[in-house]
Amino acid sequence: MKLTLKVWRQKNNADKGGFVSYPIGGISKDMSFLEMMDVLNEQLTEKGEDPVHFDHDCREGICGMCSLHINGKPHGPQQTTTCQLHMRSFSDGETITIEPWRAKAFPVVKDLVVDRSAFDRIIQAGGYVSVNTGGVPDANEIPIPKKIADEAFDAATCIGCGACVAACKNASAMLFTSAKVSQLAMLPQGQVERKDRAEKMIAQMDAEGFGACTNTGACAAECPKGISLTNIARMNREYFTAAFTTENV
Amino acid sequence: MSWVTKTLNSTLGRKLLMALTGLFLILFLVVHLAGNLQLLIPDNGESFNIYAETMANNPFIRVVSIGNFAFILIHIIYAAVLSRQNKIARPVNYATLKASTNSSWSSRNMGILGTVILIFLIIHLRGFWYEFKFGEMPTAEYGGMIYKDGFKIVSEAYSNILYVVIYVVSMGFLAFHLSHGFASAFQTLGLNHAKYSPLIQKIGTGFSILIPALFALIPIVMYIQSL
Repeated sequence: MKLTLKVWRQKNNADKGGFVSYPIGGISKDMSFLEMMDVLNEQLTEKGEDPVHFDHDCREGICGMCSLHINGKPHGPQQTTTCQLHMRSFSDGETITIEPWRAKAFPVVKDLVVDRSAFDRIIQAGGYVSVNTGGVPDANEIPIPKKIADEAFDAATCIGCGACVAACKNASAMLFTSAKVSQLAMLPQGQVERKDRAEKMIAQMDAEGFGACTNTGACAAECPKGISLTNIARMNREYFTAAFTTENV
Repeated sequence: MSWVTKTLNSTLGRKLLMALTGLFLILFLVVHLAGNLQLLIPDNGESFNIYAETMANNPFIRVVSIGNFAFILIHIIYAAVLSRQNKIARPVNYATLKASTNSSWSSRNMGILGTVILIFLIIHLRGFWYEFKFGEMPTAEYGGMIYKDGFKIVSEAYSNILYVVIYVVSMGFLAFHLSHGFASAFQTLGLNHAKYSPLIQKIGTGFSILIPALFALIPIVMYIQSL
């Protein structure tokens, strides 16, 4: 395959940045998108140019490290992570536009790398449960109905890649935050901090400068893990219940 | 900051106000439509004028109408506040964007749709509400009682093709606004349920077609009658 890559290059956060076009050949349809990027970077390195910086880690679709806004969609044309996107999803001779996630809360570090530590701070604000020290508890000591366990697990499959923020016209982090609120709110272990969690995580989400939700559904449509909008409704319930019933005046 | 202002100033609190005021305005549309449909009763406006007078003099309706104006204002102000917040949240836009592959047009353009509806609302309030309240109204007599002849004002306005076109087009915008807003309000309130959400979606779609269509029907019929 021969392709033209229109890649966003930006030296650092202070740099204005802009697109640079790179013609690239010898790409196999079976390569993953990131392997294609590796080929580009080898060529750039051989020419003595600065390779394109992009985030990646496991390349198995489970870590949430890869990002990239490809041809107008987060993680490209398939509903998957960029590492699991293959070049067969593109046609020979195509021009592919590659941009970083765009959000105030995700500042560009360099080229296509953005700082997603805003997500970490949302988790730190309340996405945890208190556990007693001491002996290891027996497995299945606390009975949890299968349906609830499944629902909580579905929410917990969120890998925090930020595609929801990237897809949302408001750069809202509601799908991410709602998944992290939901996975604990549904389980007995999550009850102790339940109300505080909703209030604190949403306060942190707002403090990070994410936008509001318009219920367009773009986040869920682009989420590589299929996190559903029911989580956002649940988070809203959690938050309103907490706001109107806690004694945090 | 007290907990009330803190809650209502949070992103979710702002959305809560949008949803609650939106749902109230949806209810208002139904009541308004019920009144308007009386324009089509072929009695030269008698039922409509008596109904309008009754509504205007009912203390409960007067309180609700003040609330209605307040809710419209809250809906507009918070829409502006949220739109600004959302714009700030993405300082650099994407060069290429395939938004149509993941969301509906109306869901992404509620602000534009709302702005057009607001412009219509201003024309509408100036033309009818202001005239009814403060204008020199013609009168009509039914059973020895003198009533303001709102029917005459309305039928004169609807004999003007320009006004009819503005009205009908605006109802189109309202339809798209409602097609997203109805179900969206329930989602914001946290009312998402496997049993009821599909029903809410369907009712929302039906409502967004039926109500604006019936509103639009009135000026069309009255224009044809005026010919």
